Amino acid sequence: MGPIQRLRKDLFANPLDGLVSVLLLSGLAVAGYRLLHWALTQARWAVIQANSTLLAVGRYPIEQQWRLWLLVALVAAASGLSWGVLRGLPVRDRPKTTLWPSNDRLAAILLVFLASWTPALLGLTLAIQARWWTLTALVLLMRWLAGRYAGRFAKPAALAMPLLWPLLYLLGMVLIGGGLGLVTVGANEWGGLLLTLVEASFAILLSFPLGVLLALGRRSSLPMLRWGSIVYIEFIRGAPLITLLFLGQNILGFLLPGGLAPDRVWRAAWILTFFSAAYLAEAVRSGLAAVPRGQLEAARSLGLSLPQALGRVVLPQALRVALPATVGQFISLLQDTTLLSLIGLLDLLGTARSVMANPLYLGKSAEVYLTLAVLFWCCCAALGLGSRALERRLSPPSLSR
Amino acid sequence: MADSTPAHPPWWHNRRLLPWLVQGAVGLTLLVVIAFLLGNLVRNLSAAGLLLSWRWLGQPASFDIAETLLPFNASEPYWRGLLAGLVNTVRVVLLGFVGATVLGTVVGSASFSSNALVKRLARIVVEVIRNIPLLLQLVFWYFVVFLALPNGAEAIQLPGIVLAKSGLFLPGFEAGLHWSGPTLVDGIWQAPLRFTPEFGALLTGLVVYTGAFIAEVVRGGIASVPKGQWEAAASLGLGAFESLRRIIIPQALRVIVPGLNTQYISLAKNSSLAVACGYTDLYSVAETSLNQTGRAIEVIVILLAAYLAINLVISLVMNGLNRLVQIKER
Repeated sequence: MGPIQRLRKDLFANPLDGLVSVLLLSGLAVAGYRLLHWALTQARWAVIQANSTLLAVGRYPIEQQWRLWLLVALVAAASGLSWGVLRGLPVRDRPKTTLWPSNDRLAAILLVFLASWTPALLGLTLAIQARWWTLTALVLLMRWLAGRYAGRFAKPAALAMPLLWPLLYLLGMVLIGGGLGLVTVGANEWGGLLLTLVEASFAILLSFPLGVLLALGRRSSLPMLRWGSIVYIEFIRGAPLITLLFLGQNILGFLLPGGLAPDRVWRAAWILTFFSAAYLAEAVRSGLAAVPRGQLEAARSLGLSLPQALGRVVLPQALRVALPATVGQFISLLQDTTLLSLIGLLDLLGTARSVMANPLYLGKSAEVYLTLAVLFWCCCAALGLGSRALERRLSPPSLSR
Repeated sequence: MADSTPAHPPWWHNRRLLPWLVQGAVGLTLLVVIAFLLGNLVRNLSAAGLLLSWRWLGQPASFDIAETLLPFNASEPYWRGLLAGLVNTVRVVLLGFVGATVLGTVVGSASFSSNALVKRLARIVVEVIRNIPLLLQLVFWYFVVFLALPNGAEAIQLPGIVLAKSGLFLPGFEAGLHWSGPTLVDGIWQAPLRFTPEFGALLTGLVVYTGAFIAEVVRGGIASVPKGQWEAAASLGLGAFESLRRIIIPQALRVIVPGLNTQYISLAKNSSLAVACGYTDLYSVAETSLNQTGRAIEVIVILLAAYLAINLVISLVMNGLNRLVQIKER
């Protein structure tokens, strides 16, 4: 079918379809033109240019910011590695792919394009632009190395990958917060995107094991465990997050002996963790429900103890099924960090609102909010994309038939 | 040498004792933690002179609420203020249900359109909306869209409807049962029905965000109906709309209704973000009350109980609906 016929079938199959298509196309054209016109001539992007550091890291001391650059470089290297290793894993029902499949080539081109234009567009200095180019090169280099050699070191790579990110996380927390010979930078000095990412990653990492335990507890045959888990999960799921954050800021101080309560930033991080754990528990529970009961019985009859049977037979299958829901929960957790701005923390949204409170930038909210929306959209979409890629590579043939 | 394996397994492998041991340990830990927290709470509260008391609820609130269905002013007690906030919450939640359901159904079924453009567009809109935080969308609607509307004579005017910076004005019956539309008096719009921009921004944000999620629920529901049902309906001579109405929707509803329940509950909980666009809902009244009285525990208890009650009511209604649409087995 030629492109003309296809267009005809897709858009103009009958008169009504044709009318709808014409109306929609013209509407889209007008809207697109207006948006472009606004973005290029009317919008004043100086508000983003002047505040890019503030939006990125808040009031993090300038002389210590090299630590964050180092961390970004490490993350870039690790992302490139993971990308390559994931590509190296065989996909079910699909022939072994080449080193650079067309999707990856497209992604790489897009990455280079973005990295070469966005920093310049944002009006960053040449030195900082060069850093972004180096980072992009690092991602692609690691991607190439991993894609080239992952096949040869498949076993150690598969063992090291799950350890890579938690280790990087611990290292990252040291780099951000200080310690081990580095100057301490207190949590109240973190802000912007940095604070958003720290809170989200902390809550993601800790809520996952907690959620798995709660899900197992909810399906346990022991009434005490089951009812404890049910009460906790339903209590948390019944309350809006903002009331729980409010509780954390106003009541946690009363619940713990004086001085033991963490500061406002960590309070919020713990509340996010406990909140997310309840939702994760439900995601994992749906995965557990998908594993046939016989699996546990078979494992037990082979002589595995209950923890062994759960850890080696049931959970690997359940978590695989629960992966999309789990990542969905991580995505909504990342979005929920914006609520921190409502309790006075300077996360990305909080920083943006403090910028707009500056009389210099009054009435520039459209530019700032659009930038934030694009940022969040990219982060969330990337998580979703990664989850789908992982899902395809993890699902074994036995479960799919 | 005697057999080294004992006739009885050691006590920590006893299959009857073990569950009780585990439960005992868990129960004891929970008890200790709760006792520790409660002990601290009582000690700290009595040190601060804030031991549980509900008497403050009867004292005058001394703050005003900009828009209420329930008449309220600063001289009325706190409990009236909280009630007015609750009514405001219920108002936006109920209207949100209607809006989000309509929007979600339209967008969700649009992804089955024969027109490829409509199909793509529906998916793109859903993906864009779902991946942007609701709070960001709310402040966007409020500060960028609603507060940028023109005022006075330049306001957007449709027959009988006026959309201005000061709100949405709709026609209605005024005193004496005569129908009247919005009128401009000294540069200020007046009408029988007025929605503030705060309410408008919150409602729009909630409807669009939840609508995107409901669109996914609806799409999943329709996709769950086997293709053969469409073909069978078509071969019986039913048109696309008729087969959707009589064959597909009744079957899809069985999958859609439980999903809707989740989305409705999350809409109700998300309405607590009203404070971001200046609408006075239950949470915002509670926050003000706490700032004025310092009664943290009581305020939190009221908030949690109110949202729990709202969720329970939604669940009860939706479970009833669910029973209606499930397959009747005889």
